[in-house]
Amino acid sequence: MDLSAINPVQLIAFLMVAATPVLLAAIGELIVEKSGVLNLGVEGMMITGAIAGFAVTVETGSPAVGFVAAAGAGALLSCLFVVLTQFALANQVASGLALTLFGLGLSALLGQSYVGVKPPTTPKVEIAGLSDLPVVGPILFNHDLMVYFGIALVAATWAVLKFTRTGLILRAVGENHDAAHALGYKVVRIRILAILFGGACAGLGGAYISLIRVPQWTEGMTAGVGWIALALVVFASWKPWRALLGAYLFGGVTVVQLNLQAAGVAIPVEYLAMSPYLITIVVLVILSADKSSAPAALGRVFHASR
Amino acid sequence: MKLTTLLASAAMALGLASGAMADDPTKVGFVYVGPVGDGGWTYEHDQGRKAVEAAFGDKVETVYVENVAEGPDSERVMTQMALEGADLIFTTSFGYMDPTINVAKKFPNVKFEHATGYKRADNVSTYSARFYEGRAVQGVIAGHMTKSNVVGYIGSFPIPEVIRGINSAFIHAKKVNPDVEFKIVWAFTWFDPAKEADAAKVLIEQGADVILQHTDSTAPQAAAQAAGNVVTFGQASDMAEYGPFPRVSSIIDNWGPYYVARTKAVMDGTWESVDTWDGIAPGMVGIGEITDAVPTEVRAEALALKDAIAAGEYFPFTGPLKKQDGSDWLAEGETADDGTLAGMNFFVEGLTGDIPQ
Repeated sequence: MDLSAINPVQLIAFLMVAATPVLLAAIGELIVEKSGVLNLGVEGMMITGAIAGFAVTVETGSPAVGFVAAAGAGALLSCLFVVLTQFALANQVASGLALTLFGLGLSALLGQSYVGVKPPTTPKVEIAGLSDLPVVGPILFNHDLMVYFGIALVAATWAVLKFTRTGLILRAVGENHDAAHALGYKVVRIRILAILFGGACAGLGGAYISLIRVPQWTEGMTAGVGWIALALVVFASWKPWRALLGAYLFGGVTVVQLNLQAAGVAIPVEYLAMSPYLITIVVLVILSADKSSAPAALGRVFHASR
Repeated sequence: MKLTTLLASAAMALGLASGAMADDPTKVGFVYVGPVGDGGWTYEHDQGRKAVEAAFGDKVETVYVENVAEGPDSERVMTQMALEGADLIFTTSFGYMDPTINVAKKFPNVKFEHATGYKRADNVSTYSARFYEGRAVQGVIAGHMTKSNVVGYIGSFPIPEVIRGINSAFIHAKKVNPDVEFKIVWAFTWFDPAKEADAAKVLIEQGADVILQHTDSTAPQAAAQAAGNVVTFGQASDMAEYGPFPRVSSIIDNWGPYYVARTKAVMDGTWESVDTWDGIAPGMVGIGEITDAVPTEVRAEALALKDAIAAGEYFPFTGPLKKQDGSDWLAEGETADDGTLAGMNFFVEGLTGDIPQ
């Protein structure tokens, strides 16, 4: 056993990177669910974003353009979900699953000519002076832009939901769409915007995996991150900061357990392997003891005639 | 993922049903653990499937289902294939072993071929490749190439096939470099690029400058490439797109000839349950080009070892060898028998860490 081989500073910097994809997807889904819609298509939108971002980055040479394209692709795919659930009034669970299957297949098709291609490197934001500080430098000031974007998005989501009229309307639609409708709010329009936002965030999360975390394109490379994001939203009781905590816990424990394994710590590997899931769930369940519950209209179909 | 697989198998059933109109060709099914585009393990099995199609043309019809989880899901997929009239089914991952046996009992007229397992029946054959022969060659290169004397190894599951590979690589790395140390990380997945990349990064961070992988995607190659000074080896497939550096060589699985031969046997009615375990000599295990990043004399040494193994002059598990706990395993000049190798569940002396049981 050689714990000195583990560098805690590198570890924290590394976990922020590992947590970013699931965080982005979870924040998007949180907004969607706050508006009363359950979209199980996160995995499908992520993988579509992953290939769209990858392909565009390779073709244009610009990761920034790639991320924008990934957000666009995720949102575009979620339009399918919009049509099915908001206009055709189809079952949201089935539509979401269909979206995941469709996304996985579509991405495999689109990605055929991108297997084994190396994408241009996404630059890190280096702040003169700050990035070189000991401890704080590598943790806070030596990341790519998307890590900061993820944290900023959490803060913005929290502020909008808590303090603004927009957030109030969104929550009203999610809690009781009939009442919101009676007050004159466009329930369907608000939900569509929420779903598109969720799609864009999932697309960004996917692109983060294919462009920065791995970085390459491989079929099915999101490997279940979308489902973890969905679970995270529930365990975080639909609260943005808890989603951030959950994502960092999950990413952190994943990274720590790999580090412990490599350092040869004498804990059975099975316990280490399940620890990310276990610890994240336990912590978030304890936190959710304050009786915060799901948006009341979550998953229910809305039609103005009823 | 379960629903995904279920729906995928349903979709496949539709595909099979429409295909049944044809002039009764021999139907061959393939069950894959990852996507065909993984660039590694499943990719090579799918190349084997394409070889079958190329060899028999209209006389054969192949179907495959990818991303099938090991366990009950795979049983459903196999049952569906058998119900839809498959004559021969290749199940291409270790975790399909019990499901294959279960389904084979229900369909005595369908032939099954299970990769890397050890349970057989009248209508179940097993086949595998002696990857450890390739691992020996990798071990020699790894032992020479490491400057930090730390070699990282990404294991998938603690099954005999993976443990054999670790032992073989370690024995041969140690032979050329007595100071070498292996750091092993178990990923508990065959295919999860993000996790594989994380594992590689962790190993690199902890000082490894050579990474060996026994997982299916090319993600560790990308992680090594980003690190800049880390050597890797292609796993299952050549992964040549990451050459000449970091990927300096590879183990290539070549299933095509075997799949063609077994399909032919079913067509001719000569199919029998057999246990095939081929290595470098018959061509089931290939060593990918050793690139210029490897010094000439190291390359020569690695190739000489490969030739000796192919010629049957050298056996990778030759005594004297001790087990990890210091007890004797093989005496001077003694070689391990196939039974011990097939069920290998111990590390050899010098490796650290426990095998998850």
